[in-house]
Amino acid sequence: MTKAQFKENTHLYWYKFSRNKLSVVGLCIVLLSVFFALFAEVATPYPQHVKAFVDYSQAGLAPSKAFICGTDIYGRDIFTRLIFSFRGALLMTVIVLSISVPVGVFLGLIAGYNHGTWVDIVIMRTVDVFLALPSIILAMAIAAVLEPGMKSSMIAVTAMWWPWYTRQVYGMASSLRNEYFVKNAELIGASRFHILFREILPNCLSSIFTKMALDVGWVILIGAALSFVGLGEQPPTPGFGQMISEGARYMPDLWWMTIFPALAIAFIILGFNFFGDGIRDMLERGR
Amino acid sequence: MLSFLVKRLFQGIFVIVGLSILIFIIARIVPGDPARMSLGPRAPQFAVDELRREMHLDKSLPVQYFYWAEGVFRGDFGKSINTKRAVNTDIREFLPATLELALLSGILFIILAILLGLLAAKHHDKWVDNLIRGLSYVGIALPAFVVAELLLLLFGYVWPIIPVLGRLSPETGAPTHITGLFTLDSLLTGNFTAFFNALAHLILPALALATGPLFQEARLLRASLVDNMGKEYISVATGYGLPSRVITKKYLLKPSFIPVVSVMGMDLASLMGNAFLVEKIFDWPGISRYGMNAMMNKDLNAISAVILVFGIIFFIVNIIVDIIVASLDPRIRLGAKS
Amino acid sequence: MNEHLLDIRNLKTWYRTYQGYAQVVDGVNLSIDAGKKIGIVGESGCGKTTTMKSVLRVLDERKAYLPEGEILFRNQNILAMKESELQQIRRRSISMISQEPSAALNPVFTVGQQMFDVIAYSEQGGSGPHKKEITDMAIKAIRDVFIPDPERILQCYPHQLSGGMKQRICIAMALVTPRELLIADEPGTALDVTIQDQIHRLLRALVDEKKTALIMITHSLGVVRELVDQIYVMYAGNIVEVAMTPELFRNPLHPYTRGLMDCVPRLSGGGISAGIYGYVPDYVHPTPGCRFSPRCSFAKEICRVQKPLLLEVDEGHSVACFKYTDAFTEDEGQEGRIRAEA
Repeated sequence: MTKAQFKENTHLYWYKFSRNKLSVVGLCIVLLSVFFALFAEVATPYPQHVKAFVDYSQAGLAPSKAFICGTDIYGRDIFTRLIFSFRGALLMTVIVLSISVPVGVFLGLIAGYNHGTWVDIVIMRTVDVFLALPSIILAMAIAAVLEPGMKSSMIAVTAMWWPWYTRQVYGMASSLRNEYFVKNAELIGASRFHILFREILPNCLSSIFTKMALDVGWVILIGAALSFVGLGEQPPTPGFGQMISEGARYMPDLWWMTIFPALAIAFIILGFNFFGDGIRDMLERGR
Repeated sequence: MLSFLVKRLFQGIFVIVGLSILIFIIARIVPGDPARMSLGPRAPQFAVDELRREMHLDKSLPVQYFYWAEGVFRGDFGKSINTKRAVNTDIREFLPATLELALLSGILFIILAILLGLLAAKHHDKWVDNLIRGLSYVGIALPAFVVAELLLLLFGYVWPIIPVLGRLSPETGAPTHITGLFTLDSLLTGNFTAFFNALAHLILPALALATGPLFQEARLLRASLVDNMGKEYISVATGYGLPSRVITKKYLLKPSFIPVVSVMGMDLASLMGNAFLVEKIFDWPGISRYGMNAMMNKDLNAISAVILVFGIIFFIVNIIVDIIVASLDPRIRLGAKS
Repeated sequence: MNEHLLDIRNLKTWYRTYQGYAQVVDGVNLSIDAGKKIGIVGESGCGKTTTMKSVLRVLDERKAYLPEGEILFRNQNILAMKESELQQIRRRSISMISQEPSAALNPVFTVGQQMFDVIAYSEQGGSGPHKKEITDMAIKAIRDVFIPDPERILQCYPHQLSGGMKQRICIAMALVTPRELLIADEPGTALDVTIQDQIHRLLRALVDEKKTALIMITHSLGVVRELVDQIYVMYAGNIVEVAMTPELFRNPLHPYTRGLMDCVPRLSGGGISAGIYGYVPDYVHPTPGCRFSPRCSFAKEICRVQKPLLLEVDEGHSVACFKYTDAFTEDEGQEGRIRAEA
């Protein structure tokens, strides 16, 4: 692709993406989240509060100029802890998607291309088994039997996420394999690798990316649910769900302990949903 | 139709068996000794060993699985480490509560999604539509447990007009046990105080569970309706002079519903599973919460049983949804050209 | 002058787009008498379908805007009618066949159910026809379009039928109750040529038998030659030429018509045509003058600035082109004789 073509493509993509103003808002939120995740130490007033820190003299304070979102029962600044929570949420998303998507897509390609053979049956029945349970249950089951912690949560969510991609790519691959361009490649003796990755995969890419963009919100949601029951970030590291769970105990008196994390979750998931919608609009063929 | 069902049944059995094996393996990989956890840290070693033998933990994995599967066929899921009684009893006690919750939640989200979707489509691009779209964004973004906490805050403290915890208020006795669903049982026995009380307790958790799917499906329905409004067969129908109510109710609604039904089915099937957080927050004695506790405490028998129950219910609901979709869409039902 | 069955006068239909109004139909005049057959010929996107959809008022109200014009059916203005009167027209007088039979039939209902509704709501047959009568009518209509085994076909869903069958069924539905006017929008375009031919013959036979007037929309001159008595040539929302069929083929006047004629492949002699130079017109910012002028090899200054009127140049033969007016003859000497419209 020439430089000019690249530039024009970018313009077109941006045009499609920004048609809906909300997508742009989503993009801003995403960028903000990434910023928070990376630079939490410098973006927050009390970075030390996310480590083992206790100051009972400041405990349970309502929102004020010094503590924008108030403090919790250990005297830690809620705002700071919220900003740091972005890190966990985004880290989980990156890790989960960067592992489960390639694995899922790869298995889907193989299963779809070998439609009808035992390879297909084994892979897809396994997928069926994984998808036989509501996602949260499966994630919880896996996370609970491992040592509670961030690592286990990530493993759990990754383990139950890949089948969705396998199923999606399987559908596309098994219909694409009958197309002429694939048949031609087979006839001239192209390697299986080439057929899968150079012929079939590129045609699936846009819907894979769309799904990924829309999934981010869900991963964050499940991550929050897991951390709510203590299976995510371990104290003292803060996590969204964890903070809500903690705060719930002190309702309604210390309402800020619950409300601000709830707002933060809504904020981040909303932002990623808008962003995901925009990506979907961007990758959609035609106007 | 019949062959379709049979095929699905076979698939389902295979899947459930596979599921049970998967869970069995996962549960057994657990670090920690279940027998020790059951008896506690102070129990003497010989008691722990005896329990291990009893639980077949000294035998190989396949053998353990065999014992467990055999038990399941007899209807015996073993004993729970936590509650110290047969898992069967636990299930029988807690399952109806979650079923009731899921049922009301399902009814709520389906009816409301249809109403909102229709409303938004009818006035699409006007303020009603935009309002619903705005609400939908928020509703989808908030996880069920957040909604639950907010509802708890609202009705538990700010505006206590509805009871928030448990299935019944302490002074109201439980209705005679017929199905275990308090609302149904109290209706069947004419016990109206219990009925209204049970319903009042059900509303908030059901709402919390229903919020996400409600708005998701409302949006989907709206999009589907608006999409189909512009289709040729609708303008053709208008051209033939068919009354607009017939066109909307019959010709527009049916094809628009099809993509929505599948998603509704999936969400409906997941309701029971997603209920665990809501159950925890509202102190609802349901099987989801029970399962969650089992997982936290590595209560193997309970975990396996609960997962199996969920898997079976999921499977049944999926089949029903498939049947409904097939009945709506003749292209799926009848396949290609004759 | 007799009353026309349908008389479209200076119809303008615009579509709202975010760039502005697309002036898709730009002052169209068209009329047809009872029992006659006319054809509207033009390239895709020139406004033929929009004009006809305006007649039945089935355009999306949010998108379509009709700033000017009248559509008189038996001297009553359809555009000014109330809903109830309009429904009468749709149920008893005018019906339309779509371009895409697959899209025109609702995929989740059987053909029979759809036909049933059309008949039941058509208010024909006295105090509401009974189920038996409706079924009989439906079966007869399907037989009329030469589909065997009508009872079975009525139970089928659209996706179970072939394209040709679906088109026949659409025709059957349009004619199941007696109509005064049938508008056929490129019937058979979506099908292969042999089937297309069958459909056209069928259509002709049916309208002749039922004495229904026919407006045939097509992009192909070859098709229309066999079927209609009078041809309207349309380009970019305007009628550019009107003539009786043999006259048009004998003496095409408008440069666009000439271009179209060249495009029809001939069995004897001639090579492949050069096509018509230029691009599809922009409806949102249209040329102020003649809309064909950017593509016309004869275009002069006046063509780009002023809109040519449709003027009768010969008996029953009108054309909207400055080439046949004084504006040109002043520069070039005798070209055509002008007679003002009576």
